[in-house]
This record gives sequence, structure tokens and C-alpha cells, in this order.
Amino acid sequence: MSIWEYANPAKFMRTTGAMLPWLLPVAVAATVGGVVWGFLTPDDYRQGSTVKIMYMHVPAAMMAINVWVMMLVASVIWIVRRHHVSALAARAAAPVGAVMTLIALATGAIWGQPMWGTWWEWDPRLTSFLILFLFYLGYVALWSAIEDPDSAADLTGVLCLVGSVFALLSRYAVLFWNQGLHQGASLSVASGERMSAVYRYPLYLAMLGFAALSLALILIRTRTEIRRRRLAALQARELRS
Amino acid sequence: MRALLLRDLRLAIRAGGGFGLGLCFFLILTVLVPFGIGPARAGLAAVAPGILWVGALLACLLSLDRIFALDHEDGSLDLLATSPLPLEGVVAIKALAHWLTTGLPLVVAAPVFGLLLQLPFAAMPWLVLSLLLGTPALSVLGAFGAALTVGLRRGGLLMSALVLPLYIPTLIFGAEITRRGAEGAPVAAPVALIAGITLASAALIPFAAAAALRVNLR
Repeated sequence: MSIWEYANPAKFMRTTGAMLPWLLPVAVAATVGGVVWGFLTPDDYRQGSTVKIMYMHVPAAMMAINVWVMMLVASVIWIVRRHHVSALAARAAAPVGAVMTLIALATGAIWGQPMWGTWWEWDPRLTSFLILFLFYLGYVALWSAIEDPDSAADLTGVLCLVGSVFALLSRYAVLFWNQGLHQGASLSVASGERMSAVYRYPLYLAMLGFAALSLALILIRTRTEIRRRRLAALQARELRS
Repeated sequence: MRALLLRDLRLAIRAGGGFGLGLCFFLILTVLVPFGIGPARAGLAAVAPGILWVGALLACLLSLDRIFALDHEDGSLDLLATSPLPLEGVVAIKALAHWLTTGLPLVVAAPVFGLLLQLPFAAMPWLVLSLLLGTPALSVLGAFGAALTVGLRRGGLLMSALVLPLYIPTLIFGAEITRRGAEGAPVAAPVALIAGITLASAALIPFAAAAALRVNLR
């Protein structure tokens, strides 16, 4: 039993088909539960009720980065081992990640207006998220521009590798360019400062929900891609006969 | 390799606008900016480092599609791919030729444009140095973008969308050097960083670009 068995599309379809019926309800329940539970927490003494947008903002930001990392891993697997499911999963993940980045940016803007007095600030964290969003857009655009699926998978894979390096480089380059307005990490094991448990547990639930929701969406989209491939193969066979 | 470099340079010059195109774009931009911002000395001097760097970046972008597109159309790229020269070397040479025809003229002419934008004299050497160190990275990264989109019929817009995010770190450090130079602040850190970006890109990006070219020539 090795993980590479799931590179077999039939095996992948069977396993994910069995997973989705319970993954999707868990994802929706945890997301809704986390956000609603977060909404019922008491107001923060400094930020007032605006603190509750954190239950959308932090999990979305976390998934925006995690989905990119997942795309990077999937691209490397495709380039090294040529498993088609891996390339399709990377393709399926990109729009999910782009939407997560957009949610993080939009909720950040809505929170920033009353708190910082501005919708947008060229702060390092905000800027690097905008850059990440640009990378997502470029990646999706390149996928949709190339017709041959294998070439598209190769080219986007290379773009993902180079883009990862430069996204990381930009993340630290912008620190150089502007001092931050954004607060530090919301959850950190290293730093002594911790959020009160009242806020922490709903946040954990919302993070779990967003992670499960992203996973479910990526799996559904990957399954769609596999089915589209099968359909194209069937049509090609019919045309030939 | 030298023959390929000379051929590319000759083509760029004889096809017209090899040296001129980027410079002309740069000139128009520097002339337009004061009309947009207003002629006040202080205002212009404040934005000059950024405008000059953004201008250099866009001027570089303007001619990127010529790195591989023409050779791809007439089939000479296939010949180069089957020649004994490794494709990585071809990419590096073509990026170098692109830099010699667009980056280098900008480096040489930048002080004049800086003068037009009221850039303080103290910043001039730093402007030239930052462009000299930074523009090779722009050419190499541009060659990567061009290699990714060489097979597409209308790849120009897509290429810009792919390449511009890659240019951000270079732009940040390049403009920072010039700005610090204008203020007389220490510049050692951004100089080292931009040189690092250029060296690393020149060493590693040709491999990625060659991989992309191989896919597109398949």
C-alpha cells in the first residue's frame, strides 16, 4: 500500500467518491459552525464587534497559502513522476486558492476600514497577498490558454515552481520596502501572547471548516477534470471508429 | 555561441528599433510624467526613482515577445533546439542579446532621463548601478515568460501577466537603491540583494525556460 496507488485515476475516483459524501457535510458544518460560533463570542474590548470578521479572514488566508503549497507539491509530482491526476489536481486547486486569497483580501479591507481607517494600505502582508493573487491569476490564465493538456500541465508546472520562489522572495522583499501596519500572526505557538480561549476555539473550528471545504472543492473539481478527460477520450474513440 | 549572439544582435539592429524601441518608450514616458504630475521640482524628484524603474521595466517588457516568437515562426528555433548547443545556452545567449539591445541602452541613457525628472545628482551613480545590476534579471525572467508563451498565437498579454509579478522583487530593490542614493542613506543591503537576484536568475532561470521551450517545441 503506497500513496502512489492514488495516482491511478480509477482508484482515485473510487476513494474520493466514498470520501466526499461525508467530507462535504463536515466541511459545511464546521465552516458555518465556526463562523456562527465566532459571531456569538463577546466583543473585543478594543476592536469591538469587528473582531468577528477574523473567523473568515484568518482561515481564508491560511488556505490561500496552503492551496498554493499543495499546487507546488502536485506540480513537482507531475514533473517528476508524470501522474496525470496530480496535474489535474493542481489545475483544480488554482481557482479555489484564488478565491481564498480574494476572500482574505476582501474581508481584510472590510475590517481595515473601521480599524485602520482605510480600505487598502500598501502594507507588506497585504501587498504580498495581492502578489499571490496575481500569481494565481497568471497560473489559471496559462492553463486556459494552452489547448494540449499535457503541454499545459508541463508549462504551468514550471511556472508554479518559478512562481513559488518569486512569491516567497516578494514576501520578504516587501518587508524591505514598507513597514507593516498589519498585526503579527493570530495564532503562534512560539510567542507567549495568546488569544483567549473564547476566541480561539471558534477559530480552530472555522480553520478546520475552511480546510475541509477547500479539500472537498478541490476533490470535486479534480473529479470533474478526470471525467472531462474520459469524455474527450470516448469522443476521440468514437470519431475514429 | 558567439555566432548566435552576433546573429541576434544583427537581427535586432537591422530589423529596426532594436536599440531605439525601448529608449523611445522610455523617453515618451519621462516626457509624459511631468505633464501628469505637475512640474514642481520636489514632486518630480520624489517620484523619479520609481518612475525610472517602472519605465525600464515596461520598456523591457515591450520587446520580450521578440526573443523567441520570430525564431519560432520561421523555424530557426527548431534548428537551434537540434543544434549541439544546449537549449539552456540558447536561452542564456538570447537573454543576453535582449539585454544588450534594451537593458544596456537604458543604463547608459538613464542619467539624462533622471535629469529630466529632477533626480538629485547624488542619486545618479546609484541609478546607473541599480539599473546595471537589475536589468539583466529583467531580461532573463522575460526570456522565461517568452518561452512559456511562445506557442500561443496571442501570447503577448498573457506573457505580461506572467512576467510582471516576477519583476516585483527586482523593482523593489532597484527603486530602493536609487531612493536611498538620493537621500544619502546606506545602500549596501539592497545592492547586495539585487545582485543576488540577478545572479541567481541568470544561473537558474535558463533551465526553467529551456524546459518550457522543449515542451512548446514538442
